[in-house]
Order: sequence, then structure tokens, then C-alpha cells
Amino acid sequence: MEPFKKVKSIVTPLDKINVDTDQIVPKQFLKLVQKSGFGKFLFYNWRYDENENLKSDFVLNDSKYDHSKILVAGDNFGCGSSREHAVWALQDYGFSVVIAPSFADIFFSNCLKNGILPISLDQKIVEKLQQEMGVIEVDLEKQIIKTPSQEISFEIDSHKKKILLEGLDDIAQTFQFEDKISEFEKESKIPSVL
Amino acid sequence: MGKTLFEKIWDSHIVEKQNGSSLIYIDRHLVHEVTSPQAFDGLRMNKRKVRRPDLTIATMDHNVPTTDRSLPILDQTSAVQIQTLEENCKDFGIKLFDITSPNQGIVHVIGPQLGITLPGSTIVCGDSHTSTHGAFGALAFGIGTSEVEHVLASQTLWLEKPKPFEIRVEGKRKNPHAVTAKDIVLSIIKNIGTGGGTGTVFEYRGQGITDLSMEQRMTICNMSIEAGARAGLIAPDEKTYDYLRGRQYTPKNYESLVDYWKENLKTDSDAKFEKQFTLHIDDIAPQVSWGTNPGMTCDVTESIPYPDEFSKGDLNQKKGAEKALDYMGLEPGTPIKDIKIDRVFIGSCTNARLEDLIEASKIIKGQKISRNVRAMVVPGSQMVKKQAEEMDLDKIFINANFEWREAGCSMCLGMNPDILSPGERCASTSNRNFEGRQGTGGRTHLVSPVMAAAAAIKGHFVDVREMDLS
Repeated sequence: MEPFKKVKSIVTPLDKINVDTDQIVPKQFLKLVQKSGFGKFLFYNWRYDENENLKSDFVLNDSKYDHSKILVAGDNFGCGSSREHAVWALQDYGFSVVIAPSFADIFFSNCLKNGILPISLDQKIVEKLQQEMGVIEVDLEKQIIKTPSQEISFEIDSHKKKILLEGLDDIAQTFQFEDKISEFEKESKIPSVL
Repeated sequence: MGKTLFEKIWDSHIVEKQNGSSLIYIDRHLVHEVTSPQAFDGLRMNKRKVRRPDLTIATMDHNVPTTDRSLPILDQTSAVQIQTLEENCKDFGIKLFDITSPNQGIVHVIGPQLGITLPGSTIVCGDSHTSTHGAFGALAFGIGTSEVEHVLASQTLWLEKPKPFEIRVEGKRKNPHAVTAKDIVLSIIKNIGTGGGTGTVFEYRGQGITDLSMEQRMTICNMSIEAGARAGLIAPDEKTYDYLRGRQYTPKNYESLVDYWKENLKTDSDAKFEKQFTLHIDDIAPQVSWGTNPGMTCDVTESIPYPDEFSKGDLNQKKGAEKALDYMGLEPGTPIKDIKIDRVFIGSCTNARLEDLIEASKIIKGQKISRNVRAMVVPGSQMVKKQAEEMDLDKIFINANFEWREAGCSMCLGMNPDILSPGERCASTSNRNFEGRQGTGGRTHLVSPVMAAAAAIKGHFVDVREMDLS
């Protein structure tokens, strides 16, 4: 995973609550066996009509957001299916930060595993950010979002912050505890399946 | 202070603690074709092995066709994904129930059926409906593909501890054949909302839960994720232990495990839950979802709500409801019973077990489905299919003009050819009514198996309490 760097960009406002991962990547695109190339399927049914023409009323189709790296969405973002393809699509499309009042648990965890920073903020602050027209800066190191008019601090677990900032291999980190895992297995009451 | 059942299972699986996260040991890892290929690729790239193939079981369910299994799979991308799972299981030494196996089926149906699911264990799968296994008093939850790779490599996961949430279900249903476990869980989601359980693990308690059979309990736990909960579980009792006794993969030392579980797998009387919700079920009605998330649900006797009424003043909820009604092609004020349907789907990890098919068949027996309806039954596993056929249930459905299919996830998520056409309206026993879930432009109404069966016959929703179910 690439180390997470400061992100400077305008925000893409997605003014919807309960956006589920079926909307982020519809199921017909889950059959690929690799992680790359999902960006073109992001919000597919909202971006394209039945003839595969761009729908003019969807925010991602407004060219001013073409280079935006920060998505600001409504409450309970990423609910539903556990498909990590949703995060691969956001990342491949160019987003590296998602801000919302709250996230579904599995989606939140999937973001962190792929170098996307999910930030949950108070609903009023999120609504204000959705109106923000200027460039904002997300500084993970300092846990601060700088907008043209204010600085907003955010919370993140220190272990997750370290993994993101250093772009660490999660599994290699866990292997440091291999002895403890083996020890646990010796004591475990639950037998093998086979 | 005492502990909840969830906390006991959690604490007994901690390998290591770092800051706010715990390294949790995983006892059972279930793998399927859609969320695993990239995880196996990751192992290969880093020259890593599967740490415990003996705790890992794979099957193919999400995109398998539900038609004749002897025919080749026409969709090439599906065929590649299925073949990839076969190769990965072979390369990494994992037991696979492939498309020809009598044990093949939806991963959350076969786990319990085969005795792989065990009380007090931790169970994960790259699928959000893994919460199903919580019906056995297991801590079971869905994970993403990176976590699948992490579990394959280390048999552990770094997790922040969710908070325990007590869901009490009190009372007794007057007509348990008409008002089912599905109606109970939809009522819960309707009340607490699709994000109401975020960051928590549900423990379902009370007479309304202990009265249920194991299969009904699975329906309840299955939909915990639809309220946002990480997992949902039910303390094991004699029904649980009886269900698992003597199955193909039930452990040899099962009885001694049962003795241990009886002592340990219950919430202490002085344990504290962070949140609490109580549902009284004496008078609840069959439920029908009307919108594009499972919280948008009402009684079959009600009408489509007005967005203002539904949102109770929340502007975002109001906008969501307006958009949902537009997508669903429904007008506020329309009685649910007046909604005509085009399709019926009886299937999915929520409602495709033997009991579900038996209950639905009672409605169907001797009847024909409406001329305007196309209906299918997709048993949850090949074993369910076989058991149903031994009881001649297949004949009841086929005589009523239902299609009787092979096992798989099928039209719950429409990854295989079983999909709705744009604008088609479906009474579905599945778990999600999201936009496009069952097919682009398709309109899903979540209901119980008996409600789906009744709708198939009448061509519109009906209150099954008014039908003879004896």
C-alpha cells in the first residue's frame, strides 16, 4: 500500500444518505478476478442511462469535479454488501478521502486497507463541507481538514493512522505476533473442520 | 460486572491487544468465488500460505447458474471466477464444495447444515450476511477481501471491539404461520433504521426469540447487517445443540463441547448492554418493504407512506423517501394490497431453507400462480433441494407453475442470469431492496416466504393472516 500523503482538492458533494455498496459498484461488475480497473464502474447506474449515455444530473458527470479527490457524502455511507470492489472503484476513480457523518462498519474497514481515509464528522460540518467551493486540504498527520475559512479536526485510531501514513503491509505486521497466534491455537477449544 | 455473550466470545478469542484494536482469532473461515480471487492473488504475490486450511471451507454460490448443472456456464466471466476458485482451492489445499457437490449451496445455508458452524466460535466470510451463523451463538461477521487475505494468511483479524446491543423480542405471535421470523426482523429494522446498529453486535433475546426454530433464528440473525450491526447472535439452547448433533462435520468431541458451552455461553444477569430495543410481537402484521432500503417497510395492511410522514421532519430522510418512491414507481397513499407484482423469488440466505419451502408450499398446494406472474424457487443448498424433493415439495411448486431451480444466491443479487428486467416488480424473500439489486431498474419488495407465495397466486400482495394455513 502507498503511504497516505496530504490531499488537496475541491470536494465532490454527494447529497444522499444510506448510499449502499450496490450503488457504488453494481453487482454485474463483481466478476473480475483482479483489483484494478473498477473506476469506470463507480456509481454506474447513477452515472449512465440505459443506453450508456452520461446522465447530466449526476454530480460525478459535472466536469468541474473531474480531478476531485475528496468525496463528501450523507449518513451511513457504504452500507450493505461487504464488497471491497466499492473501495477499489472509489480509489481507481481518483478518490482518496471520503467524508460522511457515519459509515457502515465493513466499508470503513475496507477503506483503510486500501489507503483511502474515511473521516466521520458531525452532520452539520459535513453539510457545510458539501457547500464548500474552494480547495480543501486533508492532513492525516495533524488530523486536520483546512478549508478556506476554517480548520476542522478529526479522530482516527492511532494504529490505523500509522498503517495509512507508512503504507504498511498489514499481514507482515500481524506476522510479528506469530508466536502468540501459535500459542492461542494450542489452547483453542474449537476443533478443525476436517 | 458480568459480561454479555458477545463479550465472552470476544474476550476468549483475543490473541493480542494494541491501542484500541484487538487481534482476534478466527475459528472458521468460509470462502466463495466473488470476494476471494484477489485475496489468493495477494498471497501468491507475497509468497504466503494459508495458515489453517483445516479451518477454511469454500463453496461457489454467488454467480452459479441455477439451471441444469450438467450444462456449461454460458457467462464467460462467471465461468472464469468459478474456475479461479477451483484453482485457488487446489493450490492452497482448501476443501471446496464445487458446483457438482451434494454439499454445494449458499455458504450461510451449508455452514450450519454441515455442522461447520459452532456455538462460541468466531466465523468470518467475505459476505455481509455471515451474521446468519450468529443464530448458533457464534460471533459471525462479514469482511472485505483484504481481510479475507489477512485471515487466510494469519487466521486472525485486527478489530475494534463493537458495542453490545440488546434486542428484546417479547410476546407471542397469534398466528406464527402467517407472521414469521422475517416479519419480526423487518419490524426491528423498520424501527431502529438501517444504520441503527452501526458499531454494535446485536444479541436477540426474549420469548419471541427462544420460541423460534433454528432456521427461523437464522433468518433473524441474517438480517442484522441490514440494521447496520456488525453481527447478531442468539444464546444457544437445547434447540441449537440438537440441530448440530450428528451432522457431517460436527466435531467428534461434540458432547463435551456442549457441556462446556452450556456453562459458558450465556449473558450474565448483571451484564450491561450499551443500547437496548424491545419489540412486542403479539400484534405485529406481515411486513412488506416499499422503498429502496430494508428500513422502508410497513405492515401489509398499511398504505405507501407520504415522504413527510415517513421522514418525521428529517429533510435527508424525506429526500431519500421521494427518490425511493420515484425509483419504485409508487404513489403515496396506495394500499400495499393494491400493488401488483410481476415476479416472485423464493430463495436467498435469508429464506431458502427447508422450513421456508414447507411453509410456502402450504399456501401453494393445489393452486396456480397468477397468469401475470413468473415465479421461481431457488433452494438454499443442494441438500435443501434434495430434502424438499423427498417431501414432494418440488411437485407442489411445479404444479403451481413455479420454476424449481438448483441452489445458489440467484436473484437475491442477480449476479447470475436470474435477474429482473427494468421496471419489473418482485415479491422477494431476500434481504435487500436496494436500487438495481435484482436487476437494473428492477423493483424489489421484501417479504416472508408465505407472503411471497400468496402474492404469486393472487398477483398482488395479500394479508396471509386471512388465508387458511392449517
